[in-house]
Amino acid sequence: MPVPTYSLRMEHISKSFGPVQALKDVTFAARPGTVHALCGENGAGKSTLMKVLSGVHMADAGRIHLHEEPQAFTKPSEAIEAGISMLYQELDLAEHMKVYENVFLGREIMSAIPFRIDAPAMIRQTRELCEQYGFRLDPEAPISSLTPGECQLVELLKALMRNARVIVMDEPTSSLSEGEARTLFGIVRELRERGLTIIYISHRMEEVMDLADDISVLRDGEVVCSDRRENMNVDDVVRHMVGRELKDYYPARDVEVGDVCLEVNGLSSEEGVEEVSFEVRKGEVVGMAGLVGAGRSELARALFGVVRPSAGSIRFGGRELNIKHPSDAIRQGMALLTEDRKRTGLCAGLPCGWNITLPNYERIGMKTLLKLAKERELCEQLGSKVKVKWEGPDAPANSLSGGNQQKLLVARWLMADAEFIIFDEPTRGIDVGAKKEVYTIINELAFQGKAQLIISSELPELFGICDRILVMRRGRIVGNFVTAETSPEKVMHAAAVEDNGL
Amino acid sequence: MNKFAKQLLPFCSLIFIFLLFAVLEPDSFLTKENLLRNVLNRSSVNMIMAAGMTFVIITAGIDLSVGTMMGMCGMVGAWAMLSFSGATWEQISTASNVDLSGGAIFGGILVSIFVGALVGALNGTLITRLKLAPFIVTLGAMSIFKGISLLMNDGKPMPVSSFSVLDTGEILNIPVSVILMVVVLLAAGFVLKYTRFGRYTYAIGSSVETAFHAGVNVNRVLVCVYSLTGALVGLAAMITTSRASSAQPTAGLALELDIIAAVIIGGCSPSGGRGSIVGTIIGTLLIGFLRNGLTLCGISTNWQLVAVGLIIILAVAADQLATRREA
Ligand SMILES: Nc1ncnc2c1ncn2[C@@H]1O[C@H](COP(=O)(O)OP(=O)(O)OP(=O)(O)O)[C@@H](O)[C@H]1O
Ligand SMILES: [Mg+2]
Repeated sequence: MPVPTYSLRMEHISKSFGPVQALKDVTFAARPGTVHALCGENGAGKSTLMKVLSGVHMADAGRIHLHEEPQAFTKPSEAIEAGISMLYQELDLAEHMKVYENVFLGREIMSAIPFRIDAPAMIRQTRELCEQYGFRLDPEAPISSLTPGECQLVELLKALMRNARVIVMDEPTSSLSEGEARTLFGIVRELRERGLTIIYISHRMEEVMDLADDISVLRDGEVVCSDRRENMNVDDVVRHMVGRELKDYYPARDVEVGDVCLEVNGLSSEEGVEEVSFEVRKGEVVGMAGLVGAGRSELARALFGVVRPSAGSIRFGGRELNIKHPSDAIRQGMALLTEDRKRTGLCAGLPCGWNITLPNYERIGMKTLLKLAKERELCEQLGSKVKVKWEGPDAPANSLSGGNQQKLLVARWLMADAEFIIFDEPTRGIDVGAKKEVYTIINELAFQGKAQLIISSELPELFGICDRILVMRRGRIVGNFVTAETSPEKVMHAAAVEDNGL
Repeated sequence: MNKFAKQLLPFCSLIFIFLLFAVLEPDSFLTKENLLRNVLNRSSVNMIMAAGMTFVIITAGIDLSVGTMMGMCGMVGAWAMLSFSGATWEQISTASNVDLSGGAIFGGILVSIFVGALVGALNGTLITRLKLAPFIVTLGAMSIFKGISLLMNDGKPMPVSSFSVLDTGEILNIPVSVILMVVVLLAAGFVLKYTRFGRYTYAIGSSVETAFHAGVNVNRVLVCVYSLTGALVGLAAMITTSRASSAQPTAGLALELDIIAAVIIGGCSPSGGRGSIVGTIIGTLLIGFLRNGLTLCGISTNWQLVAVGLIIILAVAADQLATRREA
């Protein structure tokens, strides 16, 4: 075998955050024209390694070679200059700006008139690039009007416009629908054909096995395995990740379903929910499938009082409810784990413990005065229940890895002890082991007679844990399937029909 | 970097400034009289107002109107004292001396606090209901309050010479104003740290959307925060009025700058979600020492303004550097 030449080599990288050693002597190399998957549990150090590569963090020790040339990045702009672009786990585009403005952010083309930017030229170049790679995007559309999938394309355009040779994608599909994800995979393969190196981080094993040419696995800040895709199967990767076999991924479902807990009739909202009617029984786990933008999260918002429904009624526990504000919903015994943990889920700068107790002070008997010791104890208990990897309840939430932040939110709503729980993408960004734990938690909640509504873009997940699956399309419920009697194809068909494929 | 280390920087600056003036002006600066009377007692007005401002800034808001609000509260409070003592409008407007009864003084103080709370609540209501930026609302309010103070008695002060309890009054040899300050600071610190309301204050500053989705009644909390600040301004106004033996319509002019500066120097982040009462105490003392020390060194108030401005910029820059390194 000829010695492969690497487009990127990172050698003996170490990085600590205070007492936490996130990376220990990591050596990592990627070949040009390949997709290199980076796997590992939550908090294994994947994002940290990539942030060292892209100049966000400075390594405590180690060297980076790009095309066999040594590099020392001290800030992100230098890495970008050298041809490394990063698509972050949490997208961060300027919301109020247009596509082309984002693509050229910080490197605008100037026109002949001093201090004036040449918008037509930027629009033209953006359009050309879109055509070159087959992106369907309007350069003049404002970011706020785009779906998460389209935002991802904007990030990619940004990278391509900067002539990136190495593109890092940190969990790119965690906020995409199936269709959008397939589009993205096509693009990733296209980029690979053009000789770029793609470093691909994902917790979705099917994707990794499908796309990757090479796979590296990190565990507790160390590389435990790095090999060609051909030499590995899913079980190998998972075993390296969690250090043991992972069996019975989805827990057995044998819960006795009880009385009707929540009954929704003709619910509409201004955000596009149209005359939705359904019911959820005690102990029942109801899945909600649909494409991104089908109105599933909007339905959750209308149920939880984030927006006022414009028509329809909600009966809960046998009573008509009039919910005007999330606080009403919480008091009545509802919980909503939102899909956007950065914007509506976390108070990033505040301690983890505060994040857990935020909606629950009344529930834990601290209506006016707090009991700090008791609060701490409760948080520690919940933290270990969901197995969050943290330095304790006092650590700020933004010091946790993405998946652990998600676990923190699960812990928050477990504390609420609600009768009806809406999980919007509950496993977004969490690793296979943790997913299994969340499924187990959902199952336990069902045993306790809680009614649950699970919104998810991962069909296998819905099939694995739900009794029933509702399908939404354009704000309406267009399908109601008993899981045991249906197939993913039928559900996909109901979700996507007449939307020609995407 | 932990919370303790974050507080270390302002604290060290405080010690530094203290030592600096202790060396430069040992005879006048390091006297008990100067430290107690001129710095601590003088700072009590600022401390009380800064305690409220701490809440506002933790919610990522700002209240520019506290200075002129203080002038207005003082005028209204003095007017109430005079009216309660049976003074005619004639007597008030000609600034003739009127004897005040204890009850009238107490009533006047309550009126001042109430008016502060009320206009604060108005600020909060405009900010939340009309979804206007706190900066804009309180900038407008700042001008309105100044106008009202001047209108009340045609720009003339209202003398309340027998209202001295908040100036020279003492309990167990401690000035009443210092006692009020300590009570306010303890209460504010307690509320921030040990109550649900305090947590909501931080949560709103950290992420309004998150707080809302977690069932926090954001509007109500914000109205309370601005109202609380107003009430404390009303209290501070009475101390100032008592010290001057009259309510000055221009009292508190530009004071908001010192207050906001103290809170920011104390480690409150203008983008919200961060800050503490201990930090605010340190920040206020720092400005107090600085102004006092510079005065003793014979440096004009104009240069003092320049110095305070520089300190604000330095403090925020140092804090940002520390935070960035941590990220
Ligand atoms: N800014 C920070 N301050 C303190 N600790 C941090 C910081 N960033 C990361 N860490 C810690 O470093 C470790 C690795 O985190 P990292 O974000 O790289 O994990 P990850 O592999 O990307 O996980 P995930 O799959 O959940 O995104 C974690 O233990 C995390 O708590
Ligand atoms: Mg990560």
